[in-house]
Amino acid sequence: MSFLSVSRVSKSFGGAAVVDAVDLSIERGEFFALLGPSGCGKTTLLRMIGGFETPDNGTIAIDGEVMNTVPPHRRPTNMVFQNYAIFPHLNVFDNIAYGLRRLRLRKDELRARAEAMLATVRLEGLGERAAGQLSGGQRQRVALARALVREPKLLLLDEPLGALDKRLREAMQVELRAIQRKVGITFLLVTHDQEEALSLSDRVAVMGAGRILQVAAPRELYERPNCRAVADFIGDMNFFHATVRQIGDSVTVNAGLLGILALPRANLAPGIRTDDHILLAIRPEHVGFSEAGVAGEIASATFLGERSHYHVKIAGRSDPVSVSGIAPTHGTVHLVFPPDHLIGLPNA
Amino acid sequence: MKNRGLLLYALAYLAFLYMPVLVLPVFSFNNSEFIAFPLSGFTTRWYAGLAADSAMLHALGNSLKVGAATALASTLLGLLAAKAVTRNRLRGAGLALGFISLPLFIPDIVLGLSLLLLLGAVGLPLSLAAVVLGHLLVCVPFALTVLIARFEGFDPNLEEASADLGEDGWMTFWRITFPLMLPGIAASLLLTFITSFDEFLVAYFLSGTEATLPVYIWGQLRFPERLPVVLALGAIILTVSVALVICAELLRNRGVARPRVGA
Repeated sequence: MSFLSVSRVSKSFGGAAVVDAVDLSIERGEFFALLGPSGCGKTTLLRMIGGFETPDNGTIAIDGEVMNTVPPHRRPTNMVFQNYAIFPHLNVFDNIAYGLRRLRLRKDELRARAEAMLATVRLEGLGERAAGQLSGGQRQRVALARALVREPKLLLLDEPLGALDKRLREAMQVELRAIQRKVGITFLLVTHDQEEALSLSDRVAVMGAGRILQVAAPRELYERPNCRAVADFIGDMNFFHATVRQIGDSVTVNAGLLGILALPRANLAPGIRTDDHILLAIRPEHVGFSEAGVAGEIASATFLGERSHYHVKIAGRSDPVSVSGIAPTHGTVHLVFPPDHLIGLPNA
Repeated sequence: MKNRGLLLYALAYLAFLYMPVLVLPVFSFNNSEFIAFPLSGFTTRWYAGLAADSAMLHALGNSLKVGAATALASTLLGLLAAKAVTRNRLRGAGLALGFISLPLFIPDIVLGLSLLLLLGAVGLPLSLAAVVLGHLLVCVPFALTVLIARFEGFDPNLEEASADLGEDGWMTFWRITFPLMLPGIAASLLLTFITSFDEFLVAYFLSGTEATLPVYIWGQLRFPERLPVVLALGAIILTVSVALVICAELLRNRGVARPRVGA
């Protein structure tokens, strides 16, 4: 059994299913992200794992123990809240030491543990600082330290970087990953920021409408999304309608505008059969410019430094094709779609 | 000159509001037993007379006891109810709040009379304890209003964070909720105390032989020669009441510093 095991967990509020029969397994020591747009149920799932909501159905087990009816204060989890929930009437040290009182440590031991945690999150010397005098980044560190100092089996993070500005967020991403490696605790992060999920995590679960759409390592998620929703949510993606002609060692598809193509078998999502209508998906950076290919007209170009981003209009298609690269000319170009990078997804 | 007209109106209105109230302190320093203009000189003898009035001091003691008991009990009840309606998704919370607040709109004389009949019917004696029970009806809605506003002003995540960090409901209350609610609790104590302290009708019906201060004052009005002393007493009560209400308002508005979010 996995370290965190969520099986068939459902939760509805006022008749609307927010989390719908979710299964999830997380291994010990993993940095795992729940990624999805707001309202997809990811925070509710996290709150059920933390004990702040009770599942209507299904079980949640941590390290082999069923947690469904265990109240938050008896769970081996700690949480970093979205707004950090720093206790406003306590200073930094007392915020961090708050959860140690229950552990009945000796006074010097308690002090040593809290001080060590202050150092881990690089807040040395700020122990006496009042909660109201902290910057956003410092509040985030206090919230993290306060949760980690109890040495939970599982740390839950609810959009922990959402309230920070972009530069601080990027710095904290690196730091969060480093802290996780250092303490070796399993981290479960909830975020709507795909970049954050992909850069921080060992594995990512993409959620949509209360269900888990795909669980995979970041690279696989990016390169082999299993459905349109995941492909759409993560990065930029072009879609073309196609029909499967034949499935053998490679897959032959009729892709209309793009002609008849042969894709590697591994590029086809499971469950697709011959004669199915499918979507072919390709990332903007995999579409190439060439001498010959599908002719198109550059509708807009955005300069991004080492490359540019183009919208290319092609005949017979209303949506322009997103292309990332360097166009040889302005105006008319020819696009090629390397079959190795075309992914076949169910047309749903 | 529309503005000037409005200004005059405002001034006249203020005079209308406060002139009667100011009559009290003015005549309490007037060196005459008759309450009439022209004033006949400054004296503090009515105030000095108060200190020697043992019946008055006894009534004051009664009022302080009733006020303190009412303030503590109604604030405690208000705290529990306010926590329940702000922290839980309760069905019928709005209706319950409406019913709790209803006594505010029942005329005091009806309330006092009903309580008198009820006490008689169940065979309880008229006493200061009965007055406290009556005052609770009037004071709990005040406590509730002040405390609900305070609960709404603080982040429920703080209580969740405390639970998350290993504290049960009881310890979370003492380590987080209570310290953060303290200004609201103090404001509620002051407001309910002063409401009870100044209340006349319910106390008049229920106090029996133990008069509270307003009941005592009412009794003294039968003796014209005591009137200046009553005015002095009234002036003191007025001053203290206003001071307490101002304190309560200051406390109520002293918010928990809302967290700044940003770098």
